[in-house]
Amino acid sequence: MKVSFKVNGKPVATEVEPRTTLSLCLRDNLRLTGTHVGCEHGVCGACTVIVDGDAVRSCLTLAVQMDGCAVVTVEGLSDEAALSPLQAAFRRHNALQCGFCTPGMLTTAHALLSEEPNASVERIREVLSGNLCRCTGYLPIVEAVLDARAAYGGPAYQPADAGHGASHASAGAAR
Amino acid sequence: MKPPQFEYAAPASLSEALALLTASDGEAKPLAGGQSLMPVLAFRLASPSLLVDLRHIPGLDRIEVGADGVRLGAKVRWRDIERDTRLATALPPLAEAIGHVAHYQIRNRGTVGGSLAHADPAAELPGIAVTCDAMIEIASSRGTRKVAAADFFEGALTTVLASDELITAIAFPAWPAGRVSAFEELARRHGDFAMAGTAVWFDVDRLGHASNTHIGVIGASDRPRRLNAAEAVLNGKPADATSIAAAARAAAQAVDPADDLHASAAYRRNLIEVLVERALTRASKQADSAVKGSH
Repeated sequence: MKVSFKVNGKPVATEVEPRTTLSLCLRDNLRLTGTHVGCEHGVCGACTVIVDGDAVRSCLTLAVQMDGCAVVTVEGLSDEAALSPLQAAFRRHNALQCGFCTPGMLTTAHALLSEEPNASVERIREVLSGNLCRCTGYLPIVEAVLDARAAYGGPAYQPADAGHGASHASAGAAR
Repeated sequence: MKPPQFEYAAPASLSEALALLTASDGEAKPLAGGQSLMPVLAFRLASPSLLVDLRHIPGLDRIEVGADGVRLGAKVRWRDIERDTRLATALPPLAEAIGHVAHYQIRNRGTVGGSLAHADPAAELPGIAVTCDAMIEIASSRGTRKVAAADFFEGALTTVLASDELITAIAFPAWPAGRVSAFEELARRHGDFAMAGTAVWFDVDRLGHASNTHIGVIGASDRPRRLNAAEAVLNGKPADATSIAAAARAAAQAVDPADDLHASAAYRRNLIEVLVERALTRASKQADSAVKGSH
């Protein structure tokens, strides 16, 4: 079946079997391998992309359902020259180690802050609870998202917000 | 993990969708948000020959709040419920339970109709539907019918829906002012399916006694169900610590939970007692403040 939609602002058209998930369509047909495929049944959140403004799990979405939709993947969060403020905050706070969950964390946090720039630490924790990370222990990720709120029009960063010290941020800044 | 092969259709109207379901002779599955169906396909627990995508069908995505209650179209998503501020007073148990339904990304696509049709024994909406006396509206090429939620769920992942039928809406009776309620569940991770949960509500009569008590449980049986024995313990009594504890004990005796890798049956039985006690206690505090407010 032919399916036409937008990815990161550009129109794309590709031929897929109806059973092809959006995650596999992005990776195999469109060679956008930034979207990572973890559990393939909607538990881990690694494959999160943004469809018409909403964070969704691309492994629980069929490519054919995307006809006419606008999809944003991790590749669409910044241009190639520079990191987005959210990505820069992840780097500053050491909010990734192996990096497998990171595309899903970034797309989820971007969708959240685009709609809710004032998201509280509780709200951020609740939203990120749908994304598994086996390296960081989550605290630096929460801290990075808190830090990035200002770039979306939210409040200025206060390191104490996440309820633990600012050691990650200061370590990042010293580098 | 790839789903088995299937054909795909995205009809423009309800009647076309129903015609496709009828013509497929039981081989087709309706697809809305796909948040329950896609994992089922990924694990190959089902292999339909056709998916009928409801995305272009108009009119199924409305939340109606009126004097006769709340009606949710089958394509209403969790996030639509979450953001509808009218529901906090129009149907408090739903408004409270919705925060426990799935994770952020799934709430953006998962639908009311999908959850009801999937019929996971631990899912919140089926539990709210049974506890709040909802009616499920069903359409097929043969006509329409309404089924009480209490009769809709037949067992784990099993409902009375025939293969040519589609859920179009769920309707809840009006929620009178003064009725008190609470929802409680325990999941290992917020947003995951609950190990067990409960929705409770009751009215308070002129003597300050509980009446019309409804206690429903999820994750404690092969389907969501009300616990009439526990309800009877509270009815006609003041909702104080003694009667609440007795009702919670009766609830634990009335359930028949399963052993699985998430929790043992004994743990779940104990959990039901704890959650029912917590929920009734919270609801009774609403009753207290309502009484004080009226003086």
